[in-house]
Amino acid sequence: MNEYIAHAGAADQLRVWHPFVSPLDPCPPIAEKTFIIPPNVTMPWQPPGLPQFSPYEALKLGTLWPAYYSPYETTPK
Amino acid sequence: MWIYEKKLQYPVKVSKCDPYMAKLLLEQYGGADGELAAALRYLNQRYTIPDKVIGLLTDIGTEEFAHLEMIATMVYKLTKDATPEQLRAAGLGDHYANHDKALFYQNASGVPWTATYIQAKGDPIADLYEDIAAEEKARATYQWLIDMTDDVDLQDGLKFLREREVIHSLRFREAVEILKESHGVKKVF
Amino acid sequence: MTRKMPDHYYKLLRDLQAMDFVLVELTLYLDTHPHDMAALQQYNQFASARQHLSAQFEQEFGPLKHFGQGYTRAPWQWNETPWPWQV
Repeated sequence: MNEYIAHAGAADQLRVWHPFVSPLDPCPPIAEKTFIIPPNVTMPWQPPGLPQFSPYEALKLGTLWPAYYSPYETTPK
Repeated sequence: MWIYEKKLQYPVKVSKCDPYMAKLLLEQYGGADGELAAALRYLNQRYTIPDKVIGLLTDIGTEEFAHLEMIATMVYKLTKDATPEQLRAAGLGDHYANHDKALFYQNASGVPWTATYIQAKGDPIADLYEDIAAEEKARATYQWLIDMTDDVDLQDGLKFLREREVIHSLRFREAVEILKESHGVKKVF
Repeated sequence: MTRKMPDHYYKLLRDLQAMDFVLVELTLYLDTHPHDMAALQQYNQFASARQHLSAQFEQEFGPLKHFGQGYTRAPWQWNETPWPWQV
């Protein structure tokens, strides 16, 4: 469940944008940039009765509720 | 009053000797969006916020001190056995000259903590929106800190702290909703 | 001072951290959802289980809290290492 949530959440919360690229930019362009919309933005009021992680999973991930888990993995920017 | 509990909120583990990372982590120790600022901001706003939100500010403010202790633990472990030479190489020579290995409430650039980092306007919406912004800024800082290390154990602790920011922000957003409805109609669950 | 803590210490500590974390999460949730009966019930269940687990921990490794929130043997156990940032 843990892994599933991690991957589903990561994709759902990621937003991609493409900055303007100038031929005069000094560094090789990074064509794609991303940022995260955490679940507190899309669901700013927690509905009651949400499914819960086990206590050990909750401690490991930093929240009791899978719906509010926001994974972060280092990505080259 | 407060009672201290002799345990960390989360088991902090650091596996790589990397004093430079200790310097960067100070951003969350004594920085503008760090844990000290967070704890003091919320606990100070409590006195004038509407009664319905006092419990939340008290609890989140208290949890921030547990996070401050986690950051301190990371910094302590990363510098504990470093030689003055290693500290110099990590850009901590100026820190060593003033503090040896003592922790100090300053940010990653060595700027001391200041009360100007935090606000208390006495207006509940102004204060809660500041709190939401503070949580999002702290979340972003944890992201950039995670990017700056390849120690998976250290990343693990930082990811926990990042997720806590997400939850705290959620609760402050809910507090705003509660205040919106306090003219009588309330969410019933 | 070097005092190697047994694996059991880390295991029990983690159990307590997990249980206490659920209580932190439920506390913040209840601060904004004070009428959620299921959450209130779960909070009280975990609070009770937490008491048992912390008593077991303190029996083996000394008091977790000061100011009379736990018992001590002789000599005064509060001063004993390890402190949280040392383990």
